[in-house]
Amino acid sequence: MYKQLNRWFPVFVLPTLAAFCVAFLVPFVMGVWLSFHRFTTVTNARFVGLENYVRAFTEDDGFLRALGFTAGFTAVSILTVNLLAFTLALLLTRRLRGTNILRSIFFMPNLIGGIVLGYVFSLLVNGLLAFWGVDITFSATYGFWGLVALNIWQLSGYMMVIYIAGLQNVPGELLEAAAIDGASAMTALRRVKIPLVMPSITICTFLTLTNSFKLFDQNLALTAGAPERQTQMLALDIYQSFYGRVGWQGVGQAKAVLFFLLVAALAALQLGLTRSREVDA
Amino acid sequence: MRDRDHGRGGWLLLVPLILLAAVFLLPVALVLLNSFKSRLYISSAPFALPDAVTFVGFENYLTGLNTAGFAAAFGRSLFITVGSVLLLVVGCSMTAWFIVRSGSRFCKLLYYLFVFSMIVPFQMVMYTMTFVVGRLNLDSVVGILPVYLGFGSGLSIFMLAGFVRAIPAEIEEAATMDGCNPLQSFFRIVLPVIRPTAVTVAILNAMWIWNDYLLPYLVLGTDQKTIPVTIQIAMQGAYGATDYGGLMAMLVLAILPIIAFYLVGQKYIIRGVIAGAVKG
Repeated sequence: MYKQLNRWFPVFVLPTLAAFCVAFLVPFVMGVWLSFHRFTTVTNARFVGLENYVRAFTEDDGFLRALGFTAGFTAVSILTVNLLAFTLALLLTRRLRGTNILRSIFFMPNLIGGIVLGYVFSLLVNGLLAFWGVDITFSATYGFWGLVALNIWQLSGYMMVIYIAGLQNVPGELLEAAAIDGASAMTALRRVKIPLVMPSITICTFLTLTNSFKLFDQNLALTAGAPERQTQMLALDIYQSFYGRVGWQGVGQAKAVLFFLLVAALAALQLGLTRSREVDA
Repeated sequence: MRDRDHGRGGWLLLVPLILLAAVFLLPVALVLLNSFKSRLYISSAPFALPDAVTFVGFENYLTGLNTAGFAAAFGRSLFITVGSVLLLVVGCSMTAWFIVRSGSRFCKLLYYLFVFSMIVPFQMVMYTMTFVVGRLNLDSVVGILPVYLGFGSGLSIFMLAGFVRAIPAEIEEAATMDGCNPLQSFFRIVLPVIRPTAVTVAILNAMWIWNDYLLPYLVLGTDQKTIPVTIQIAMQGAYGATDYGGLMAMLVLAILPIIAFYLVGQKYIIRGVIAGAVKG
């Protein structure tokens, strides 16, 4: 029956495909191409080989510093967000009173976008720091932990929802069997619950990893890189190369290609690592 | 098993949970509180409750709405979000269905291209995308709709195609026997079946587009500001002077529709988050 289906390609696929080409495919190919060129607008590109990639590392230490900051931020975020989210999920699947309201409160920050959330958060953080006569732009340490706290606030509820869904899929008989065999609550958690929610752990660490690594809006709103670009993460550093300095567009595009490769490699590596620990019930 | 953890143990767990929930609510509560204070008393004493001197009623809301063009931004954000989500849901379910049912090698290649786009960070394409969009004169409130269609198509097609694969083709075949063309059988038979996934896709995209800052900023510039762009610009302040009062009001007004949306569609949003997470 579908023999004649392909005649309908222009109706079903072409509009979406055209939009996809304009918004993604053509810019992506152009982006890779431009990363080997020096330009101030797309039309005056001049081939320079790998010069942009070399300049990204040599001309100033912005990119490497941003990479270090982002890596540290991401590592701390993965640990803290998932520990808190998993703990919350364990507590909120115990049929306590008021569970639904609590879940909603923990989830809510996630719905508010990065720019708004960043400014909402900055009022609190700067208000607290004002007691010591400083604000978040005072030192990179404040910026780092401020961003981590903001990230925990935004992502924990989201991950909690995924963990709750995972925990609710753990068969009750398995936990009862473990209890009959004399397993303590801790043993049941380590030997039954955690192995069975491994798929959720895979997803949540993956989502925390990519979200933290690509963070932009929150970074812009909370610190904007201050003091002196020390709290600038990779996405913001790339943005500044493109739009903040004349003659750096090519370097910005080269950084963007490296950023993409890094995100892809990290995602593949992380999925491979945690997937191998998943078990079936 | 036990129905509820009513005992003392349950209450002991509840206390830290409630405290933590209060911490989670604190930043938003603080903004709400300060939105009723005169702008002079916000950054100097953010924790002080409004009193006779500092309380200004809804004055901040009036300045926020009027001077910063917030009302226009609200309308723009709403139009862009609703329009893009409609395009995405209709366009991507048609594409996803076609790709799955066609099964041709070209369609398989297209599918992998769409999926590939999900892992590419925005920074990779933002500069060239802005250039292409400008060349095609898509830098308007209407023109940005197809841009969102293109950008959101990866995740949407991935989720919808996964669902279409699970539907048996027999019903559609029967419809074809009865003389339906593919377009008719898609809208009459397929679309009602994939509705749950379509709602999920709509919610995930709505959350992203409503909150998106960088894409509308780059494509539309500062003449046609959306809500996040308005707030970012207002925060940087004209000539260094930021009206914190108006800003607090704008933050509250930006959050209110999201909370309303959540209260109405909570069930679907949670389901969407869980379904969207599987994309990993």
